[in-house]
Amino acid sequence: DPQRTAFLLRKQWTLYSVTPLYRFSDAHLRDYARLLSAFIAAEKQKGLAVEVGVELGTKVTVSCLPDLKGSDQDQAAILVQLSLRSPAAPKNSEEKLIWSGWFCCVAGDDLSQNVPEDFTCLPLFLVNGAESYTAIVGSWFQKTFDCYFRRLAISPLNLSWMAAMWTGCKVDKTASAMELVFSVPRLPQPLDISYAIHPEDAKALWDTVQKTPGEITQEEVDVFMDCLYSHFHRHFKIHLSATKLVKVSTAVASAHCDGIIKFLQSQYLTGVLMLLTELAISQIQ
Amino acid sequence: SEKMQRRQSSKTPKQPLQVNHKNQTDLSAWRKGGRTDPGNSVQNHQSPNDQKNDSEQVSLEQALSYFEKVQDRVSLKKSNVLQKHLAAVESTALQRGLPPEGFDVLLNVALSGKLADTVNTRLLKSLIPASVIPESCVVSSVSWLCVSKCSDNIQLLFLRWLITMFDFVDHKEQIHALYGFFFSFLQDEKMCPYVCHLLYLLTRKENVKPFRVRRLLDLQAKMGMQSHLQALLSLYKLFCPELVTITLPGKMKSYFKNSEGPWKAVINTVRQRNQANSPVSQLLILGTSQPQSRKRKWNTQLTIPASSTNRTNLEEDRKKNRVDLYSTKESAFRVEQLQTFSQLLQNIHHLEFPSQMGSVLTNPLLLHYMNCIKDESIYLRLYYWMGQTFQEECTWCVADNNQYEEEFKDFLEMVYKTECFLQEGFSSCEEFLYKSLPLWDGFCCRSQILRLVSWIPLSGFSEMKSYLYDPLSQLFFTSSLYFKCSVLESLKELLQNWLNWHVIHLDSESDSQGHALSTTLSGIVNVVAELIHFVGRISTVALRLEDDSTFLLYFILDFYETVCDMYLRYNLPLLIMPPAGVFYPALLSMDSVNLNQLCYIMYRYRTNLVAAKESELSKKKILQFKFSSETYQEYNRYIIAMVGCLWTSSAFQKDIHPQGLHMDEELLKKTAVQEFKTSFNIVYHPAMMGYAVLFLQQAWPDDTTFNFSLIKGKKWNWYLEYLYAQGLQGLKVFIESSINRVSQAS
Repeated sequence: DPQRTAFLLRKQWTLYSVTPLYRFSDAHLRDYARLLSAFIAAEKQKGLAVEVGVELGTKVTVSCLPDLKGSDQDQAAILVQLSLRSPAAPKNSEEKLIWSGWFCCVAGDDLSQNVPEDFTCLPLFLVNGAESYTAIVGSWFQKTFDCYFRRLAISPLNLSWMAAMWTGCKVDKTASAMELVFSVPRLPQPLDISYAIHPEDAKALWDTVQKTPGEITQEEVDVFMDCLYSHFHRHFKIHLSATKLVKVSTAVASAHCDGIIKFLQSQYLTGVLMLLTELAISQIQ
Repeated sequence: SEKMQRRQSSKTPKQPLQVNHKNQTDLSAWRKGGRTDPGNSVQNHQSPNDQKNDSEQVSLEQALSYFEKVQDRVSLKKSNVLQKHLAAVESTALQRGLPPEGFDVLLNVALSGKLADTVNTRLLKSLIPASVIPESCVVSSVSWLCVSKCSDNIQLLFLRWLITMFDFVDHKEQIHALYGFFFSFLQDEKMCPYVCHLLYLLTRKENVKPFRVRRLLDLQAKMGMQSHLQALLSLYKLFCPELVTITLPGKMKSYFKNSEGPWKAVINTVRQRNQANSPVSQLLILGTSQPQSRKRKWNTQLTIPASSTNRTNLEEDRKKNRVDLYSTKESAFRVEQLQTFSQLLQNIHHLEFPSQMGSVLTNPLLLHYMNCIKDESIYLRLYYWMGQTFQEECTWCVADNNQYEEEFKDFLEMVYKTECFLQEGFSSCEEFLYKSLPLWDGFCCRSQILRLVSWIPLSGFSEMKSYLYDPLSQLFFTSSLYFKCSVLESLKELLQNWLNWHVIHLDSESDSQGHALSTTLSGIVNVVAELIHFVGRISTVALRLEDDSTFLLYFILDFYETVCDMYLRYNLPLLIMPPAGVFYPALLSMDSVNLNQLCYIMYRYRTNLVAAKESELSKKKILQFKFSSETYQEYNRYIIAMVGCLWTSSAFQKDIHPQGLHMDEELLKKTAVQEFKTSFNIVYHPAMMGYAVLFLQQAWPDDTTFNFSLIKGKKWNWYLEYLYAQGLQGLKVFIESSINRVSQAS
């Protein structure tokens, strides 16, 4: 149901990889929310006792996102949301969402098949919100489930894969331009080159490169990028192959090498997550 | 309370102290410093011949006994003696902190009002613990407060001191018993904020009583909304919501005034200094006392204190329909309580592992426990944590990390020590080495990395060459002599660790089926053989590169000392002779230590080969492995060369090794060296000639011609005895085993 994951679209998510959670259980999500909320309160008023379970300043909800799965083996995604109640506002007024993060695993069989029952594989963690909250929530999960969070960067090689894969995806609406951003290394001043291509042109190029539909090889990706580079060189006399690809934006999604992603199409959400899950798993193993 | 006070103080000076285990070392360190040399000042650094200063400076011991006896109001300005003793206390406190025994004496003086407030203040400010503060001195101090002998300011300062030092007090039971006394101090308006803070630290559920709640509410009505009162009330409400029905504001910036001001900086310096001076290795200090690493990333912590898991038995708690952070199973023994080995033994059946397995690295007791519990999930948790930490913190794989090299070094050191303790390598560490060695400069964290190499686990892993040997040999050939020796040293350790592992597993699997054993055994033999061949290759090249350096040869032969004994000492059916590129440089070495070592190694090869042959011949059981005839042939060729060189003076004729010393008579004549035949026997060998000279000087003191040819016949035997007496035991066992002396004598 695209409605239920719509809120994940058009937001910037920072990526983390997470090692398997030890003794995590879907059955206790409400307890986790209560403990986490107390933990946040305790972190904020260092050293003073905090009562667990009472209404504290920051409200925590932990819930399941059952739609985000690649296969039955995958653990259902877990969403953590922090919202703030202003003390002045009346009791039942809307709370303000200040931070959200979700764990997911889409087609993560490589990892989940190899760990014992006590462990839950949710190798990809996506965050939208202040770093200070990420730190508190992340620390709580690290302490409670003995896991380890690491920022997940996306290498230029993987970005070029994304560029090729997403170019080939069909998008209904009149799609926005495909944009590649390159950064020129070793300059006194930072210099970024933005390369925008009409999505239909890019798709036409990719269709001539891809041999078997539904299958992509490294060679095809290289050819696709080389074509774009030589086209650029013909016009501007700049070798983009000597620069670093830092960002890819298409109608499907946009990804930055620092490990920041924005999903734009709900129909390709799980597809993108599958690739990101794979990257997260390779960082863990 | 006056009575109680006296009893306390008369008891304390020689009272045996109960300090907890982890601080005992600090205490004994102080005793050493302060008492073994009574004539010397506690303020160390003073040379004994500094007689003048001796009369002016006072030891802490003298100061303590002075303050114990001091009677009337002595004026600080007028009394030189008081000044000196006060200075002694202050300087010791600032440098190292005070021993537990000191607190009783000094608190008694400071709170008794005998001396002026300036003195009392200075005394209180210097009450810095080196290790712990005995509970008894706090109790007697409270009795002083009850009789109000000291001024208000001193009372306040004492309360602030107590709040600051609360965690240093060794026990708290008796202090808890005084809860009512502290509560009664609330009525004093000035003391109230600090007393609230102290009560906040002390309060347990059983302390929350209706009359106390009423009293607090009265105070609040009288003094208005005070943050310290609210803090205490909110704690009371937390314990007994039914007793405190008023609404309290949920959020407060700070409840209490800062108490630790006068002491904070000094406590930190003293703690750091004492930790640095502690003779106990870092590993033995329990996790909680580790200094926190600088916080740069929220998700990185190289040392984690052991804390118990907070999700214990959610199921059970759900029945009560509440879960809280601090609840745990009644029966479980929490890791925070685990301080001594005997506690571990008593509670081993219901001890919980900490919430984060990474904390075991700094906790030797938990490592003992880990050794007993073979649970896959324990290792997996540690595997993930350690693997990610390695990757995240590696100073040469991750940009911008190089400023944290010292921290990373400590971490590697900690991992190495843990591996030594557990006597096994971590697979996460192995993977880290394979990933990072190709990028390593061979310099950063060198000794730590090379030591970790020695704990790479023995497995049937066939990719050793590309992952370990190739990157290591690149560095090896391009680095200094010292680096080469370090690599050889760590590869020797690696070989020994593998062999030890093999022996242990041979024992534990001896009753398993022979077939399964033989397949793994052949795998092991292959991996070990690959390592030995690798070392043989790099040693040969290294000896060329370093001009047959004696120092290098020493490390190479050290490696082969393990290799030559693998069959008998480690029960591994494998013997590999050193390559000619190692054997001949050792045989012709200029250094007697190496020659002697070569003799010993050849003797052990012989013993091992003979034992293997015997067991093969006796055919008690069908051997799965036989040494190839190649090995015996190689040994025989070496032995012929050695005996020809050292004994029969026929090296150039008899040597049949293709890379050996064989030379044509014609060619040798062209060298114009006279007596070339004997030039490498035990008299003329460059490594031995020094002994021959000394022997000649002793045997023929008047002869100054150094006529070496005199050493023959009976004298030859004397010379041998002389060599043995000089410590050439390797030569001795070699000659006695490999040379037929009867034919020689005839």
